[in-house]
Amino acid sequence: MSAIEIPKPDPRILARRNEIIAGLAALLPPTSLITEEDERRAYETDALTAYRRVPLAVVLPETTEQVSKVLAFLNQQGVKVVARGAGTSLAGGAIPSEDAVVLGVSKTSRILDVDTANRTIRVEAGVTNLGVSGAVAHLGFFYAPDPSSQLACTIAGNIGMNSGGAHCLKYGVTTNNVLGVKIVLIDGTIVEIGGAQMDAPGYDLLGLIVGSEGQLGVVTEATLRILPLAEGARPMLMGFQSAEDAGACVAAIIASGIIPVAIEYMDRPAIQVCEAFAHAGYPLDVEALLIIEVEGSEAEIEDLIGRITTIAADYNPSGLRVSQSEAESAAIWKGRKSAFGAMGRLADYICMDGTIPTGQLSAVLTGIAEICAGYGLRVSNIFHAGDGNLHPLVLFNANDPVEQHKAERCGEDILKLCVDLGGCLTGEHGVGIEKRDLMTYQFNTIDLDQQMRVKSALDPQWLLNPHKVFPLEGRPV
Amino acid sequence: MTSILLPESETEIEAIVHEAAQSRSPLAIHGGGTRPIGKPVHADRTLSTKLLTGITLYEPSELVISARAGTPLTEIQQTLAANRQRLPFEPIDYRHLLGNHGIPTIGGVTASNSSGPRRIHSGAARDSLIGVRATTGRGETIKSGGRVMKNVTGYDFVKLLAGSWGTLAVLTEVTYKLLPEAETELTLLLTGLSAERAVEAMTSALGTPFEVTGAAHLPARDGMPTRTALRLEGFDASVTYRTDRLDQVLKPFGAFETIAAEASRVLWKSIRDVEALESPHDAAIWRISVRPTDGPTVGKQLVEKLSSRVLYDWAGGLIWASGPSEGDGGAAIVRSAVAAVGGHAMLVRGSPELRATVPVFEPETSGVAAMSRLIKSAFDPAGVLNPGRM
Repeated sequence: MSAIEIPKPDPRILARRNEIIAGLAALLPPTSLITEEDERRAYETDALTAYRRVPLAVVLPETTEQVSKVLAFLNQQGVKVVARGAGTSLAGGAIPSEDAVVLGVSKTSRILDVDTANRTIRVEAGVTNLGVSGAVAHLGFFYAPDPSSQLACTIAGNIGMNSGGAHCLKYGVTTNNVLGVKIVLIDGTIVEIGGAQMDAPGYDLLGLIVGSEGQLGVVTEATLRILPLAEGARPMLMGFQSAEDAGACVAAIIASGIIPVAIEYMDRPAIQVCEAFAHAGYPLDVEALLIIEVEGSEAEIEDLIGRITTIAADYNPSGLRVSQSEAESAAIWKGRKSAFGAMGRLADYICMDGTIPTGQLSAVLTGIAEICAGYGLRVSNIFHAGDGNLHPLVLFNANDPVEQHKAERCGEDILKLCVDLGGCLTGEHGVGIEKRDLMTYQFNTIDLDQQMRVKSALDPQWLLNPHKVFPLEGRPV
Repeated sequence: MTSILLPESETEIEAIVHEAAQSRSPLAIHGGGTRPIGKPVHADRTLSTKLLTGITLYEPSELVISARAGTPLTEIQQTLAANRQRLPFEPIDYRHLLGNHGIPTIGGVTASNSSGPRRIHSGAARDSLIGVRATTGRGETIKSGGRVMKNVTGYDFVKLLAGSWGTLAVLTEVTYKLLPEAETELTLLLTGLSAERAVEAMTSALGTPFEVTGAAHLPARDGMPTRTALRLEGFDASVTYRTDRLDQVLKPFGAFETIAAEASRVLWKSIRDVEALESPHDAAIWRISVRPTDGPTVGKQLVEKLSSRVLYDWAGGLIWASGPSEGDGGAAIVRSAVAAVGGHAMLVRGSPELRATVPVFEPETSGVAAMSRLIKSAFDPAGVLNPGRM
């Protein structure tokens, strides 16, 4: 893979920049339009920082009506639009091109309605993921999807990417927890899809919108499912001398009828780094570590931990430890949730996101080790073991273009391996620009053409986040 | 006389649909034909998937199963039961309610997004569905999703095709994630509550962390009072503990009795399949989805104005109601009651004449209708798959 291509800007659009900005200025309050280069630069990339382009302009609408007017205008002008939540995409989902307008949701972050009897919350799309849970915690409720970036990332971005998180093993991902959205189509049409009831009539448009990476419309409000907080939750740690043992233990737990809220896996390099960072008390003399969290009352937690311990005994666990306090639980999760940040202090890395059938866990880890050794690169594996969603971190030096190129090719080979083993390219991060050119490995032309037909139907000029998801070649004319 | 086409492979389905699209000759799409819901389809030919059968993948330790669309639902359920696993969403069996004798297929369950009482806890069919293969109206077979638990690669046609009633594509193979069967199930039964009080009791219970997996309110019948049922499932000790805790929450609603094991399973099957509304057999049947707390408001109007018999599931959020067999089947009153609170109503049972004259599905807003038309046209440009059904 050569470096990911971001198409050259359309000179006709660049030439009309002043005219386009004047048009936007007429539709928005002055504080909702950013035109100065140093301010636009804040929107040039997301969490895939190796790629960046300063956008033509940035708009931060305050209302759905403003979004509607902006999209109608840009559609009529033939200008590309990149919708942006908090810019935490690891796949480059929010990276603009120089001829595109970035549409940010940062000025829409109100909680509109909380309804505990019906277990729903209505929010503006710029609310952060953690902000949703924060708005209902005092009522004994929470919002289930919990991506690692939940402090910053927005519901708009979560819906765009169908975000998951460590706890979705039990509670599902974004698409299982959204009941309705207000969306603006590229021609400015405002559409309410779904509502506060448990299902919607007609086609499952909501299911199509969630995970469409901002390519079919811009979501401005959402009705989400909230759930009662469990009485208690407790993580336990288990070390293993091999990935095979850890993987077999995960399969045995799930087959026994227990669905823990989370089963997280770390390999030796990840354990060392996270322990140094968070002092969580992770065992350092093991090849694999599982963090398993169970929920319920005190007695239920004891019961589940007892069952899991019995099952695990067949797989040579070591350093088995159950958290004894809130502080200890927090430290255990701090180590896991800050893993990416902690790795980032050691080296640059790219974080892959393939998913595999859980039965292929040890096969994929062996394969990943071989692939990385072949490129002479170090790798660290941290992932959601319960659902087979891998996050290998391929370490490299970003100041060395040759090594960066190698790391990208290495990541590409890892994702192809995931597909070869019956899995997929991305479990929760999305395709973005990062995996766009690998789509032909998972899908054939018929599959991709059908997806692109839906894109063309709802956005005939391909103006919404156009350089993402689909390979640049083979697009409809 | 309609002719029935019985393809045995995707290749044959592709050829049939391709030819139908070329000649603009519509096809009715059937699985087991046990869900004759929607406007009657006018087509000279029916494409049935009932010979496209067989479980193609089952990995109990990975909680995943794949089967060709025509595979009988019972075959899947029996295979899973042998490993103490199940489909999480408890699909409704419409045969008694709709009075037919076909064999329900997994493709039919998927195309209708058929879900039951456990939907409030474990999601609908679309939430457990993780992969599909389907032949579009172009006669091309696409895949979406796969066999893994988390997958955001490309647009989620898995969700879009679930509940599309064979109007976008002919499902050829589906993959579901599974749940282990619960060790114990127990149902708490309150009696004699009004619908308002029942919904208060059910929403209170669902607001606790005790993971209620079923919440329904059954109408009074044959001199018996109303019954409000709350189901707990899980490990034995946990169910006992949660029953004790719910006892405190439910105190204001009176004492409850408990029923366990087979008796509990029989009750929830009767709720799932809407047995309370089976007779009279000529009554119209409506399926109404609203916010749970709006349920009694809607139900009360139907009882007063249409003498409806009403069954509440999903804590009041799903209403099954009977309507008159004559006239509009109660459509005007049902639709205005639903419009007042927000939600939607679907005519599940009614004579072909009634279904041809009354909109079966809730009329869509112009925006949703426009999006739906664009999507239909992207999948089935010649309009040959189940035309008019939705």
